[in-house]
Amino acid sequence: MTLYILCFILFLIGIYGVLTRRNLIKIVISLTIMEFSVFLMLVLIGYISGGLAPLVVHPEGADISVVDPLPQTLVLTAAVIAVATNSMMLALAIRLYKKYGTFDIRKINELKG
Amino acid sequence: MDGWIIVLFFVIPLFGAFVMPVTYLFSSDSPKFITPVITFVLLILSLYSFVYQPEQIAYIIGGWKPVGDVPIAIYLVYDGLSGFMLVIINLIAFFSSVYAINYMEEYTGQKYFYVLMCLMIAGMNGVVLAGDLFNLFVFTEIAAKSSYALVAFGVKKDELEASFKYQVLGGMANLIILFGIAMIYWQTQTLNMADISYMLQNVENNIFPVFIQLILITGFGVKAALIPFHAWLPDAHSSAPSPISAMLSGVLIKTLGVYVIMRLFFNVFPVNESVSIVLIALGGLSMIIGVLLAVGAWDLKRMLAYSSISHVGYIIAGLGIGMIMLARGENQFVATLAFTGSLFHLANHAVFKGLLFLNAGAIEYAANTRDMKQMGGLAKFMPITLTSSFSASMSISGLPPFSGFFSKLIIILAAVIAGFYLIAGLAVVAGIITLAYFVKFQKYAFYNKPSVSSSIKEVPNLMRMSMISLAILCLLMSVLILPEIREVFLNPAVNTLMETTDYADKILGR
Repeated sequence: MTLYILCFILFLIGIYGVLTRRNLIKIVISLTIMEFSVFLMLVLIGYISGGLAPLVVHPEGADISVVDPLPQTLVLTAAVIAVATNSMMLALAIRLYKKYGTFDIRKINELKG
Repeated sequence: MDGWIIVLFFVIPLFGAFVMPVTYLFSSDSPKFITPVITFVLLILSLYSFVYQPEQIAYIIGGWKPVGDVPIAIYLVYDGLSGFMLVIINLIAFFSSVYAINYMEEYTGQKYFYVLMCLMIAGMNGVVLAGDLFNLFVFTEIAAKSSYALVAFGVKKDELEASFKYQVLGGMANLIILFGIAMIYWQTQTLNMADISYMLQNVENNIFPVFIQLILITGFGVKAALIPFHAWLPDAHSSAPSPISAMLSGVLIKTLGVYVIMRLFFNVFPVNESVSIVLIALGGLSMIIGVLLAVGAWDLKRMLAYSSISHVGYIIAGLGIGMIMLARGENQFVATLAFTGSLFHLANHAVFKGLLFLNAGAIEYAANTRDMKQMGGLAKFMPITLTSSFSASMSISGLPPFSGFFSKLIIILAAVIAGFYLIAGLAVVAGIITLAYFVKFQKYAFYNKPSVSSSIKEVPNLMRMSMISLAILCLLMSVLILPEIREVFLNPAVNTLMETTDYADKILGR
């Protein structure tokens, strides 16, 4: 249970960062922290204590518990997606820096959404 | 219809997206002609499968049979609702891609535009067909990532800023969705939607599914731009190139937001009264606040973007009314009426909002402005844009012979019969204010004193063609109200929503 609470605290730290930081790069970092907290939780949910890797090398009918590979594949896929998100956001941050000469979101405010 | 045809819906655009950079080496014009061909093939395929496949069909990739009772393979599910969404997506995609041929000439790096557009279409088709949450999530991401890139395509100041904002909010929404998926996995140990549906029916505790549903409403509400989560939409939709704005407003928010809400909350989770009240409240709020924001806007595309919020509100409110009737189990007729209204409005909104964004793009292309105060007197120079935008404006504000009237009428009728007088009143008021700001658009853009130079010409032929076709569709769609035609086009989708968790029985055949 402690681990889940720690995950949740990590998630809250991420949200806090996204909401309060003024620097584009720090927003990207905070979003990454959020992502990792969710991934960590997914892996934890799929883990059985004492479970083995889901490989088909164990003898037929042996009494062993195997970890479900589904959340692990989901986390792998989501991590790849997260890499794409981060690289794209950083690329945008670089372009924004070239246009405005700053990473400060208080100075980047052409739009009033 | 054979099962393998389903796979083509996302294999063709994916293949096209990766072939185009190669063909570009031989002919720099090839991407802009390959994309309309791809979208045309997809449109024909979707119409073909819609007409010849009224039944539900599940295709198992790789043919892996379920082990015991546990489905282990990737399921693709084609049913009435998926088919309906596929037709709308590929219709708007086709007209947008034809329109883009001329419109995108002034941009550099066109091949990337077409690659991203094909990826977005592949993602949306995949979302609609996915039979498990894993693939749903991945396809959502494909569509969302390519839309982030497309919003920033012009790389001007405001486009970059809008895209960054969109990505921060979209990224957080994705994480919330992933968190919801993790919760579902925790409860049911599976990600197959039919299997989840079985598992949730056996859950004793009623609170946990509702908790997951509220998390998912937050996540998909950001994608659908419901009112407390709408902040990204006006910026992103007004900054994108116009054919992409048409696709974002016309189909992307509906596929990633509204469709997923429909599929998960009706077919996977047991229908629930408290969740439906949340949906009705969010829908009503979006309806009225969306129009109030739109009235004050002077930027044409921004006004259209705000109006999208209000129309998604209509759709969600209709769904909520149907859901509450299903959950109480009293009046099934009202539920049918509400779903018909919602789905009809979804199709109509895709057509007329797509057309209005194409019109806005045409005005921007010819007069080089998006500010309604700087337009004026365009009626003389742009007769086709005038007539097509008139058709769309009348349809969106709900005047009788046009399709928008009927769908709004059905939603309001359903709300009145179900006893939600407040929602019905809000819908009427929102409709009147919609009429007001579209009259404002017509007056300022086309009839006021000319403030633009007289060298303006009507847009090129291909752009005209897409606008005229969509304008005719705006009128033609109103025949969907006739019972015989409704039977073919709307009823399969409505039945999918009405059958609720029987969905699972049909797929797994237990």
